[in-house]
Amino acid sequence: MRWIWIDKFIEFESGRRAVSVKNVTLAEEHLHDHVPGYPVHPPTLMIEGMAQTGGILVGEAYDFKEKVILAKVTRATFHRHVVPGDQIRFEATVVGEIRPEGASIEGRITCNGDLVADIQMMFAHLDQSRAPQEVGDDNFVFTEDFIRMLRMRQLSQLKPPGPSEGK
Amino acid sequence: MALSRDEITEKVREALVDALGVDENEVIPTARIGTDLGAESIDYLDIVFRLEKAFSIKIPRGDLFPDNILTSDEFVQNGKLTEKGVAELKARMPYADLTQFIKNPTVQDIADLFTVDMIVRYVEAKLAGTTA
Repeated sequence: MRWIWIDKFIEFESGRRAVSVKNVTLAEEHLHDHVPGYPVHPPTLMIEGMAQTGGILVGEAYDFKEKVILAKVTRATFHRHVVPGDQIRFEATVVGEIRPEGASIEGRITCNGDLVADIQMMFAHLDQSRAPQEVGDDNFVFTEDFIRMLRMRQLSQLKPPGPSEGK
Repeated sequence: MALSRDEITEKVREALVDALGVDENEVIPTARIGTDLGAESIDYLDIVFRLEKAFSIKIPRGDLFPDNILTSDEFVQNGKLTEKGVAELKARMPYADLTQFIKNPTVQDIADLFTVDMIVRYVEAKLAGTTA
């Protein structure tokens, strides 16, 4: 099973910006274990969700040929809890442009318009920063199964929002 | 209007404080990015991103922090830079102060050339249009 902490993309602007969502439900076991008696979605898993949103944004720009890894969480500030019934919105925006070595992402997490967290993170293209013999040819980040799943989820059909829809 | 050296220094300091999580007062001109401020490999890319944004400039790969000088036998032998290697380093890092380094140009000391002051001088040259 793959460790996935986003449900789907709702906006995708290649190389620039992506928005995904995750629905939080009491049926998820981790909510009962994180703070017993007070079910909240752990901030660490929201960092992972943002990393997946940003990582797929960065990976798609190079047609998923690069091994994109989360290299650094520069800053992560959380402002409120996320509880069952909430829908988390992950918005990832590329800072500047994606470079051959990697990219920096400005992340914003909201629930119903309320700011949950702001996060800044960096991704590295592994092959650009390590000798090929260290990492091999196999793309263990974007596997065939994973790419197939993204296609099934119609990632490529998402268009950037029009002027009236953008926030 | 062109930025003064103090203004450039202030923006460089801000970029380093944000990228490396260090205190402002640690970012003195002679501070070495790796040894003194604790930068790791990915931090150099982070610094490049922040400088590009802060100064609205483009920094090509390897321009600020040259990364492929050490792979050639012509430039490095027995852990030291050859004469050609030193010449290449001078050409690639005209904004670095090599005075002390060239007395004993060992490979492991190259990282110590990356100081706060070096970045300030690089940005200054970049803004003046004198680097690639």
